[in-house]
Amino acid sequence: MQSAHIVSAYDEELKFLSKRIAAMGGHAERMVEQAVAALVNADPGLAQKVIHDDLVLDEGQREIDDKAIIIIARRQPMATDLREIVGAIRISADIERVGDLGKNLAKRVAAVIDGRQPSSLFRGLEALADLALTQLKEVLDVYASRSVEKIGFVRDRDDQIDAMYTSLFRELLTYMMEDPRNITPCTHLLFCAKNIERIGDHATNIAETIYYIVTGDQMPAERPKGDKTDQVVVPGPASAK
Amino acid sequence: MVDKGADQKGAIPAAVARLRRSRWLLAAAMVAVLGVYGFGGLSIFVPLLALALLVAAAMLPAEAERQSANGAAAIEVGGLQRLSGEYLAAAVADPLIIFDRTATIVHANAAAFAAFGGLAPGMSLSLKFRAPEMQALLDGIVSGTMASDVVDYTEKLPVERTYRVSASSVGHATDLYVLVFKDQSEARRIDRMRADFIANASHELRTPLASIAGFVETLRGPARNDAAARDQFLQIMQNQTGRMARLIDDLLSLSRLEMKPYLRPGTAVDLRQTIDSVIDSLAPLANENGIAIERDFTDGAISVPGDRDELFQVFENLLENACKYGQSGGRVTVSIAHAEDGQDPGIDVTIRDYGPGIAEEHIPRITERFYRVDVENSRTQKGTGLGLSIVKHILTRHDARLSIKTEVGKGAAFTVHLPAQ
Repeated sequence: MQSAHIVSAYDEELKFLSKRIAAMGGHAERMVEQAVAALVNADPGLAQKVIHDDLVLDEGQREIDDKAIIIIARRQPMATDLREIVGAIRISADIERVGDLGKNLAKRVAAVIDGRQPSSLFRGLEALADLALTQLKEVLDVYASRSVEKIGFVRDRDDQIDAMYTSLFRELLTYMMEDPRNITPCTHLLFCAKNIERIGDHATNIAETIYYIVTGDQMPAERPKGDKTDQVVVPGPASAK
Repeated sequence: MVDKGADQKGAIPAAVARLRRSRWLLAAAMVAVLGVYGFGGLSIFVPLLALALLVAAAMLPAEAERQSANGAAAIEVGGLQRLSGEYLAAAVADPLIIFDRTATIVHANAAAFAAFGGLAPGMSLSLKFRAPEMQALLDGIVSGTMASDVVDYTEKLPVERTYRVSASSVGHATDLYVLVFKDQSEARRIDRMRADFIANASHELRTPLASIAGFVETLRGPARNDAAARDQFLQIMQNQTGRMARLIDDLLSLSRLEMKPYLRPGTAVDLRQTIDSVIDSLAPLANENGIAIERDFTDGAISVPGDRDELFQVFENLLENACKYGQSGGRVTVSIAHAEDGQDPGIDVTIRDYGPGIAEEHIPRITERFYRVDVENSRTQKGTGLGLSIVKHILTRHDARLSIKTEVGKGAAFTVHLPAQ
């Protein structure tokens, strides 16, 4: 935790920012969790709730932006404090995006539940979502504890998410080739998988911001990405002569 | 008769005196007991607590003059003073966290540290427990709009846990508050297990059942008098019932494991002996498939903490897969080695086959329930689609890792890394 300032109200303001970030984070985690549950259990009611809940995150981000600008103007923060405040602005933007992605998942529920898809697809999506949510949870836990030495896991997990995403991508393409009637739901599921994968990317962004807040250095350069969907080609059935 | 009455008269004052001598101990014990239960259901015990204090206070002046004479009394008084909040918190088996007006952790007991990693005094509770209902609970208690409240809190990851969380303020105007977590995961998991079992079982059992029903119909109708067909059909039906039986066995052991995914088994297991017996038990299958099993064990004692039966099942499933799906390679290597490099020392057990290998896109999903790399091949090899799922669950319980290295056309290596501690 940061050392006390002479003006205790300043401390209060900084604490308010981190508390608000945590509340937003918890909300985003819950939204994604429920959106995936709505998708897997074909529950349009739950999906509607998630869509509605996104408002809270939008409002949270606006509030953090306003507060942060006011603190910068009034207190002229330096060093750690400045990083803390700028970091809060960036993290809240990432969390807000996670919420948007969760909302987008929920919006697709209606399109997917008409034709039942093989349950292995939903199990795959669920496993992908578990990976992304674990990453988000661990990153936000690091934000609470400030123990940045634990942040290395984020990139390992990112590799797993990419591998899982590539595998799902391939499977979805195969289903679409098999039967053109699958194209509509499978396209929606493809976007769902992409959204979940993006949630993992935002979690990585947040991890980098936290690393910067605590150490003052940027995180070392990124390793090559494991997302190979840009190369996935499923050969079509042999064309007639 | 007279003697007995005198005895009784003597016994009663003696008992009273004994009670008085140990009054501080009794009072302390009562406060402790009431404290523990009080966090669960406050309302009934508040008057009782007050009564206990009243009794203790009433006894104090009557005994005051004797106190100076009685040396032991001083120690007993100290006993009550030593009963600090910290000792009380440590005696509570449920996770318990004491926090202040800014929702900052003042004290957390050992159970809380064990249940929620990364807690430390001075940390903000609202940063750690981010779920909306927990935020509302903390805000409500700290702002003073509620004296006490109870919510249900579920953590989905890494393992699903459900707690009933009660929050209340401590004493009068101490500015301290307490959170107590009651674990309800077991009950929730039993419900889930029932639902999952029915869903999975009905889906996977329908196929063999449909086939059996079809053959029964044929046997009663067109094939009634065809001895050759009857024999063949009965053989198929027997295979199908065998498959259903295996499926039920696997589903049951998976459900059992899922019920307690984070119970860490305690005793040490001799890996050399365990893996030897796995190899022995699978020798008939290996012979049948024309597979030679090679051993490459490191020297010295090889033991890891764990549950022998569960680890047996892990290596049985892996070796069975290697024998079935790596049949074309003709041999399977089982090796045990100490893993010294890397951060966590432990034992690596590798089961390598030289069969067709597994395509890369299947690797991330191979431990999912009913995920099959090749559905047709799995059916003919009597696979249930649950083997690796069971392996993964057991390894999670042992804090172990499964890594898979494979190249199409050259075989696959499944490595189990078991931590030494």
